Amino acid sequence: MPQNRRLILAHLWVAFSVFVLAAALGVWQMWVRSPLAAPQDTPARYYQSVTGHGVSMAYVLTTFFIMGFGYFTAETALKTPLPSARWAWAGFWTALAGVAMTVAAILSGQASVLYTFYPPMTATPWFYVGLVLVVVGSWIWVAVMLVAMARFKRANPGAPVPLAMYATVANAIMWLWTTAGVSAEILFQILPAVFGWTQTIDVGLSRTLFSWTLHAIVYFWLFPAYIAFYTMAPRAAGGRLYSDTMGRLSFVLFLLYSLPVGMHHLFMDPEHSTGFKFIQMSLTALVSIPTLLTVFTISASMELAGRLRGGKGLFGWIKALPWERPMVLATGLAFFMLWFGGGGGLINMSYGMNAMVHNTAWVTAHFHLIFGGTVVIMYFAIAYEIWPSLTGRAPLSVATQRLQLWLWAIGMMVMTLPWHYLGLQGQWRRVASFNYADPRIGPWGPLVIVSLAGGVLLLVSAVMFVMNLLPRRAQVRLPEQGYSFALAVHPPQRVPAALNGFTVWNVLVAILMLVAYGFPILQFFIGNSPQAVIHPLTGG
Amino acid sequence: MSEADERAIVRSEIRWAVVAIAAVSVIMLAVIFAAIAMHINPPSNVERINPQDLHLSAEFTEANLGTKVEANGQITARIVATQFAFVPRCVVLPADRPVTLRFSSPDVIHGLLVSGTNVNTMVVPGYVSQVHTVLRKTGDLLMPCHEYCGLGHSEMSGTIRVVPSAQFRPGPDGRVACAAK
Repeated sequence: MPQNRRLILAHLWVAFSVFVLAAALGVWQMWVRSPLAAPQDTPARYYQSVTGHGVSMAYVLTTFFIMGFGYFTAETALKTPLPSARWAWAGFWTALAGVAMTVAAILSGQASVLYTFYPPMTATPWFYVGLVLVVVGSWIWVAVMLVAMARFKRANPGAPVPLAMYATVANAIMWLWTTAGVSAEILFQILPAVFGWTQTIDVGLSRTLFSWTLHAIVYFWLFPAYIAFYTMAPRAAGGRLYSDTMGRLSFVLFLLYSLPVGMHHLFMDPEHSTGFKFIQMSLTALVSIPTLLTVFTISASMELAGRLRGGKGLFGWIKALPWERPMVLATGLAFFMLWFGGGGGLINMSYGMNAMVHNTAWVTAHFHLIFGGTVVIMYFAIAYEIWPSLTGRAPLSVATQRLQLWLWAIGMMVMTLPWHYLGLQGQWRRVASFNYADPRIGPWGPLVIVSLAGGVLLLVSAVMFVMNLLPRRAQVRLPEQGYSFALAVHPPQRVPAALNGFTVWNVLVAILMLVAYGFPILQFFIGNSPQAVIHPLTGG
Repeated sequence: MSEADERAIVRSEIRWAVVAIAAVSVIMLAVIFAAIAMHINPPSNVERINPQDLHLSAEFTEANLGTKVEANGQITARIVATQFAFVPRCVVLPADRPVTLRFSSPDVIHGLLVSGTNVNTMVVPGYVSQVHTVLRKTGDLLMPCHEYCGLGHSEMSGTIRVVPSAQFRPGPDGRVACAAK
């Protein structure tokens, strides 16, 4: 049983409360964009809402969930309390103060620059300072994770770090690398501009630094889902993990290939040459490999479980799986949506085809499907799975958990399939309204309404999720219980040092980043790199 | 489960890894073929320009905007993307002939696509974005700004008017403008 339950629950509740509010904003945004009349339908409100939705989902839900889940994993997988609960709480309060500051900035209407910033447009300084505090809080979490693993290795010389913890630390290290890009952009470019110390900004450089962060951050969000696939789902299905080594290898490959690929967000940008776009596209292709390995290993683990339960034949084992268990169901639904989201990702990655879909609704569909369909659905399943050991109470009935997961998956498909299609028709992104009277745009209307219906299902599911977790009166208290992660078919006695630590991988990341981003960043310091005048969103 | 011999597990994983790597290689070969044989590459000319006096400098001054047939016969349209309009709002281009579109921004980041074509580029202040294409469909094509550029972003949209090649008649100065409809 984890020691610091209140710490973990505090993180998870911040994540989930913000998540429900952000889901409601998302539905309203789709309503505004649809042909139906919506309340408060002004561009100012719309972009304020998009900023709130993006910041909440991408920075708050994820960061707080990952920190809380990381503390849980450290205590349960290593079976020792955290090295410093005091530092962990300090990280929590720092990040929470940052959230409060950012939310206040967004509510003031002075920060509607979306969560991706777009300098030379600028918001009130408090927006950025708040986000910096969230990142600083997460850096404290990184330190606690690193110390926890180091202490375990010192106390257990030669013993393999449990896979769940190894993966969590891989994510923590990746996050340090990831945040370097956006931190440099905010500290050296945006803050000097918004505090009035500089009047111009190098936009090519700021876009490049942000791209450094923009893809790896997605894998930061995705890691907990993969940790659940490897270390929770096989046990929930009544089996074992097919291969512990492949798990370690996949997490290491994510650490390596999530970072030197961010320029695929800049394929259509004029400040980079084809050559570096090509290099980063090739590295992007490689990042699909750990996902394909994971699909295989987890499917094999599930097959073992299905056969143990009496499943026969080529597909009989699928039917024999205990689909009534939320973790198994969520894994199945996540894999289903991962095929669509991942397939779409391969299209985005191909830099020729990217011109067809860049900044269309196709891309919005892609990342909602990956984020909502694979990441968030596994956050739900993880919460259901660990709730009894955190609170001493089971979440509401398993039937309502299943209903909630199904609603989420159906809602996600109903919302994103029309978006994919509309994107191919050329529907562009980030607009508050469409002129449906235009005969070239009018036919999109019905499909936009269908996607809105999907959004409503998602909101219902989001509210159900929180209701399922809330404590209720007259609830049976469970006996104190710990949490065990899935065992491998062959639990490792010894693993190679490279798969029990990260030194060699950090060196490789540094080399890859030098190759992928060295010159692309250096070019802005050669010659007269153009400077654009800053444009305060609300006129300063 | 104990009969699942560890070496068999490793062998199966390696077999799958080979399949995965082969699949990714096929995709990469297709991209490389399209890039080299069909010249399908992203717009990446890396051409710097000072955004602070864009409308005063040579190429993107007002008189120079719109479609022009150059002395060598090349057809180029120059367009400024600015909060919250494209200047000029409408550009005429001929169908079925190679054309070049050149964009730049004096203020913030913009972007655009031309509906029903593969024209798609970001417009970043400090750079000229250049796209080569052959337009196949005639008529008025939508050219919306697709990157958030401020509260008026939704209003920012232009028109590419594609006319049959025979009806594309430049004036003596090589220029063509949209006629009022």
